[in-house]
Amino acid sequence: MVGLLDRRLVFVTGKGGVGKTTVAAALALFASEHGRRTLLCEVDAKGDVASFLETGPTAFTASEAMPGLWAMSMDTEASLREYLRLNLRIPVVGRIGPLARAFDFVATAAPGVREILTVGKLCYEVRERHYDLVVVDAPATGHIIGQLAAPQAINELVKVGLIRSQTDWMLDILSDPQQTAVAIVTTPEEMPVNETIELVDRIKKETTVELASVIVNRVLPELFGRSEEEVFDRLCGDDATEELTRLAGEDPAPVLTAARLAVTLRRTNAGHLEHLRSAVDPTVPMLYLPFLFARFHGLRSIRQVARSLGEELGF
Amino acid sequence: MTPRRAQVAPAGLGSLDGLLASREIIVACGPGGVGKTTTAAAAAAMAAARGGGKVLVLTIDPARRLADALGLDGIGNTERRVPNEAFASAGVTPRGELYAAMLDTKESWDALIRHHAPDDRTRDEILANPLYRNISGRFVQSHDYIAMERLFEIHSEGLYDLIVVDTPPTRNALDFLDAPERMAEFFSSRLLRWLIVPYRSRLVNLASRPFYQVADRILGTQFLADIAEFFILFQSMYDGFIERARAVQRLLADRRTSFIVVSTLETVPLREAEYFAQAITERKLHLGAIVLNKVLPDYLRDPKGAVVAERLRDRAEEIAVAIAPRLEVADTAQIRRVLVEVGQNYMDYRLVAQSEAEKRAELSTAAETLVSVPYFDTDVHDFAGLMRLGAGLWGE
Repeated sequence: MVGLLDRRLVFVTGKGGVGKTTVAAALALFASEHGRRTLLCEVDAKGDVASFLETGPTAFTASEAMPGLWAMSMDTEASLREYLRLNLRIPVVGRIGPLARAFDFVATAAPGVREILTVGKLCYEVRERHYDLVVVDAPATGHIIGQLAAPQAINELVKVGLIRSQTDWMLDILSDPQQTAVAIVTTPEEMPVNETIELVDRIKKETTVELASVIVNRVLPELFGRSEEEVFDRLCGDDATEELTRLAGEDPAPVLTAARLAVTLRRTNAGHLEHLRSAVDPTVPMLYLPFLFARFHGLRSIRQVARSLGEELGF
Repeated sequence: MTPRRAQVAPAGLGSLDGLLASREIIVACGPGGVGKTTTAAAAAAMAAARGGGKVLVLTIDPARRLADALGLDGIGNTERRVPNEAFASAGVTPRGELYAAMLDTKESWDALIRHHAPDDRTRDEILANPLYRNISGRFVQSHDYIAMERLFEIHSEGLYDLIVVDTPPTRNALDFLDAPERMAEFFSSRLLRWLIVPYRSRLVNLASRPFYQVADRILGTQFLADIAEFFILFQSMYDGFIERARAVQRLLADRRTSFIVVSTLETVPLREAEYFAQAITERKLHLGAIVLNKVLPDYLRDPKGAVVAERLRDRAEEIAVAIAPRLEVADTAQIRRVLVEVGQNYMDYRLVAQSEAEKRAELSTAAETLVSVPYFDTDVHDFAGLMRLGAGLWGE
């Protein structure tokens, strides 16, 4: 399988709340630090990318956030305008009023129009070789299929016209595993794992895009091996309490309870991970990123995640 | 608009218990991945158990085990009573009755079409229209709209004393609030009528208008014709739809309805939740409570705990040797490793717990109620688990 960094277009998706944007930003940062001219595109335009990279707000026109790393946010109307300018040579400025309203109408009425303008812009950047790698902070699990399958959907709905003629080259890029891949981010929790398993299946059945990896975020560290756990159990036993309190200077209960919590959480997570591993095609690589015990947010945490990601990718 | 109840908590409110007892509809919203669905189910279960009456929880996409716990597995759009045995398994005798339903978007849309269609032919044509099938099945906004629509439907039937509704994960925090309004705007838009004109009247020369020229070049005539056909069919239902969307909007703004925002204390979800809370207040909707889920327990911030943890970690060697006889473990190196791990683990979690506490303190909220639910070390996978979460919500 082609390495994640050796593709041209990588969609990063996952259930809400699993750290999708963090991982997308970390992947883009890591790629840019390894010599790839990288574009990071935020599709949902919530402004999370800007806050993670600690740059100013991102816009449809990409800006260089760091050396070799550009950031942009998707704006389907701007995408349409660009498309019209490049392909139809329509004097857009004069007519954008009615056109914008028409666009709003068509985009609302016809599923796939918004998606095709998003995917179209991304594929365009790939085709024109403006960047070595385009990393997409893609929509969450519920919407990613609609986006990845948009060119096919358009092919079914629209029989003629310019949009139709444009979908073929997009499909070529999306369907080529040398160029395009999707990575699913999850956490070792019940709902994210279940959604991931369903999504893996749907990507295979409903899209032409290759699944390059499942990235498990926020994996808790293993505190003890089995024999160490036995020692820990004795440490918690009544026989040891008095002595431990004397040695520690205070009641050790909060500290021991915290360790118990950590062990239980890790065990619950391990069960979900096992389920995930058994349900996903073993040829799909799984990458594990540790839980960050940290109070900072933003670029520092992205750098840490990027480092872990690099290790998992074998750098 | 209906005058709003004052934002100051009247006596007796200020708890989820009180909030749920005084409302007919509770809308649970918030960012994805924070336990919104489970929270809605637990709150409804508590309201049925303690408060009484008939309580319905309308969920969107529950985890399989939650669905199992509610006895919802494999059941679609219709409400089902959660059997008393479920409560009994949690050692609870409920005062009221709990019902649960899952929202099936496609089925709900079809029901809506059947309701509004002027005649059978129109109904069948719409249900068979490829564009309709796309819109009802895939169109994201349609989920938002239909959730609110279904809420309205169930509420107007008047079978339940309280409906707790979970909201679908949205791209944009506010989509579901705006969905009815947008749907109404959409169906009544002049543009829509304008677009349909050439297909209704053959007298208009399609090619003579620049707009159609552009639209035609981009989309193709056939697709435009498909859209027009669909909307001509739909036109017979415009009035019903618009009226309905407005009614949904009124219901959401009514004093019988209250919103609760669910979040965790992680940076990104919390920021989104604050945005939600603000939007609800700005729209003059009633923000009843903010629920913070998965909050790390207080003992992690115990100052004495930190002292102990650091000592265990930093003096692991000597403590290991001293305590080895009590543990009846000969391998002191192993004890040392355990002590270091235990100490470090506390310090790790403490860092996160402290950061959470700061964020909670900084939370700017106009909600009458702020509830913190502790981090449970296992998932909710049965009814007892749900009631345990419920007890946490009730502050027990």
